[in-house]
Amino acid sequence: MNHVFAVRIGPVGFRVGSDWRAPIDTLADLYRDYPAPEDGIPDFSVRLFARRPWRRVLRPQVMIGGDYTIPDAAPLPLSLGLLAAEMGMNLQMALAQRRYLLLHASCIERDGRAILMTGESGAGKSTLAALMMARGWRLMGDEFALVEPETGLIYSFPRLVSLKNQSVGVVGEALRGARFGPWQRDTPKGDIRHLVPDGASIAAMAEPARAAAILFPAYGHAPDRREVAPGECFVRLTQASTNYVALGERGFDTLTRLVRDVPATAIDYPDAATACAMVEEFAA
Amino acid sequence: MSGVLLARTMRNPAQIATLDAAGWTALIGAARAEQMLGNLAHRLEGLAMPAAAARILADARASAGQGRIAALWEAEMARRALAPLGVPVVLLKGTAFVAAGLSAGAGRSIGDLDILVPHAVLDVVEHALLAAGWEWVKPDPYDDAYYRRWMHELPPLIHRSRDRMIDVHHTILPRTARPTPDAALLIADAMPLGNGLSVLSREDMLVHAAAHLFADGDLAGGLRNLWDIHCLLDEWDAPGFREHVSTRARHHGLGEAIARAMRLSDALYGAGAKLTAADRWFVRRVTGRDGWGVQRRKASEQAFYLRGHLLRMPPPMLARHLWTKWRKGYRPIG
Amino acid sequence: MPATRYRAAPAATLSIVSLDLMRAVYHRASGRTHLVSEPVPEILAALADEPLDEVALLDRLARDYAIEGDAAALGERLEELVATGLVEQL
Repeated sequence: MNHVFAVRIGPVGFRVGSDWRAPIDTLADLYRDYPAPEDGIPDFSVRLFARRPWRRVLRPQVMIGGDYTIPDAAPLPLSLGLLAAEMGMNLQMALAQRRYLLLHASCIERDGRAILMTGESGAGKSTLAALMMARGWRLMGDEFALVEPETGLIYSFPRLVSLKNQSVGVVGEALRGARFGPWQRDTPKGDIRHLVPDGASIAAMAEPARAAAILFPAYGHAPDRREVAPGECFVRLTQASTNYVALGERGFDTLTRLVRDVPATAIDYPDAATACAMVEEFAA
Repeated sequence: MSGVLLARTMRNPAQIATLDAAGWTALIGAARAEQMLGNLAHRLEGLAMPAAAARILADARASAGQGRIAALWEAEMARRALAPLGVPVVLLKGTAFVAAGLSAGAGRSIGDLDILVPHAVLDVVEHALLAAGWEWVKPDPYDDAYYRRWMHELPPLIHRSRDRMIDVHHTILPRTARPTPDAALLIADAMPLGNGLSVLSREDMLVHAAAHLFADGDLAGGLRNLWDIHCLLDEWDAPGFREHVSTRARHHGLGEAIARAMRLSDALYGAGAKLTAADRWFVRRVTGRDGWGVQRRKASEQAFYLRGHLLRMPPPMLARHLWTKWRKGYRPIG
Repeated sequence: MPATRYRAAPAATLSIVSLDLMRAVYHRASGRTHLVSEPVPEILAALADEPLDEVALLDRLARDYAIEGDAAALGERLEELVATGLVEQL
């Protein structure tokens, strides 16, 4: 590949190759404070390529490839090259991560206590994690939380935070001076902008934390909280995991331990400020 | 080319001592592209290597272990569904390797469950599987008629709750292929596993692997097929064994295929072999990946795509087959 | 024709964890997880040692676990368990 970028996010190394310079330059800038893959050997490779040679220049369209792909992934215009790279990296994790139990959750940490927030798309877990970072929490990840089977500890995966539509303004207000990537307009999920996690979150990304609370936030309701019993929590987290089945008994042991050890709560919230205050209650 | 690096490493694991970070990255990329990361991980187990590589390979071993459990379970569920029929059920390919505890199964990725049953019982087998939760993958009248008339297997079935495919074969090559293997003998000589299932005899397992390599489609997965063949030859190595395999292959009309398979697997993974010009073409094709695991030898790929089809069916049928595909909006990639 | 008998996966092939009202069952032979509630763990235990037909199983559940059920409901549970592979129809 003509242009290459390598990075370590939490414990996972990536290499992104591209037929075009632009996406690689953007990645190198946004991830400039991140380390390189350990030993120079990435866990996963992602390729951004033109399906036909002339598609590099003529209405360039980015195909997303890599070690693991799904058939018939539609190409994106080159202006969405950053999004394509992020999607490619997420796809490798979702399809092939086998060292950690992967939970589709955002995660924040303070004083060694990690709070996992999971829920359906639109529950606001990325926005909430970014806003909690503005309140002094460490951002461990906005998309995936990694549970180590041997210890039950949560490992950080602090990739760029993917914010959609109005969330970009809300988070921008709360985090003055934060760095953002270029607008990714008119994606299937609307307008997206990527936020760089703060320096403290990047600097601490190799440090695991003990899970202290599991939250299931739901946006658009009057404030409410309800305890989620381990059985229900187990079912919801198997659905929120991309590799639970693939990990076999290790996945079973890891997840049953997590739901038995860590209290889970469903929280309904009407707005971001209320949600942040509700999450703070789980700080101690 | 990283396919060459992969083959060389499988042949001589000690050469990893010479790899730098880029070499490891290319090796792992090629192994993934060939679906051989699990095989590689088993081959390199216990050797000194960078921590990052060791972790990737440990994950691959765990993953292959889980794949083995899933494959054996599919075989067990098929056994339960078919047991009341009292018909012979022969496991094929990867599932057979792990069920029989063969070294070819170590770390091997296994996709669909492939079984062989007598042609005369295809209908009852089909009904028993449908009753036990398997369903047709695609209800497409053209494909269905095509499969039933010309192929060596039923149209693929998928289990509705386990989401795994089963291919039910009644022989090991399509009916349209020039060689017509002796399917009755394959079944008659199969080796029982003691649980109601069986696997092909040693010789037939090798013949099938060779048939699969050269006659089934476009040679994709050639490196892994040749590794299977290398492991099987190695496992049963004894005076006269290769001659038995060759005799058996000639009986099935696959004498040339097995001879080439042996030469190629010896050249890539064994002590070497004297290759013909055509053999060298095969080698270039199966090892032609770049440092990103991408197939780089497009011209020869195209030639083998055609070759695969020509072996599979007489030319007029090829045209008919392609035309029907094109009409449905299919275009070959490239 | 003798009644159909059923046999459960051996206890050593199962890992069972209590989660409040339910039991999470990991089946090592299949690599699959099942979330179950009474009387499924009891059925699995009763069928683990020796194969039983439905009538004998009903007796065993009543005797050992004080579970009173009707044959129709038991038949449905058994059918589900056979589909998962946790129980084999002999």
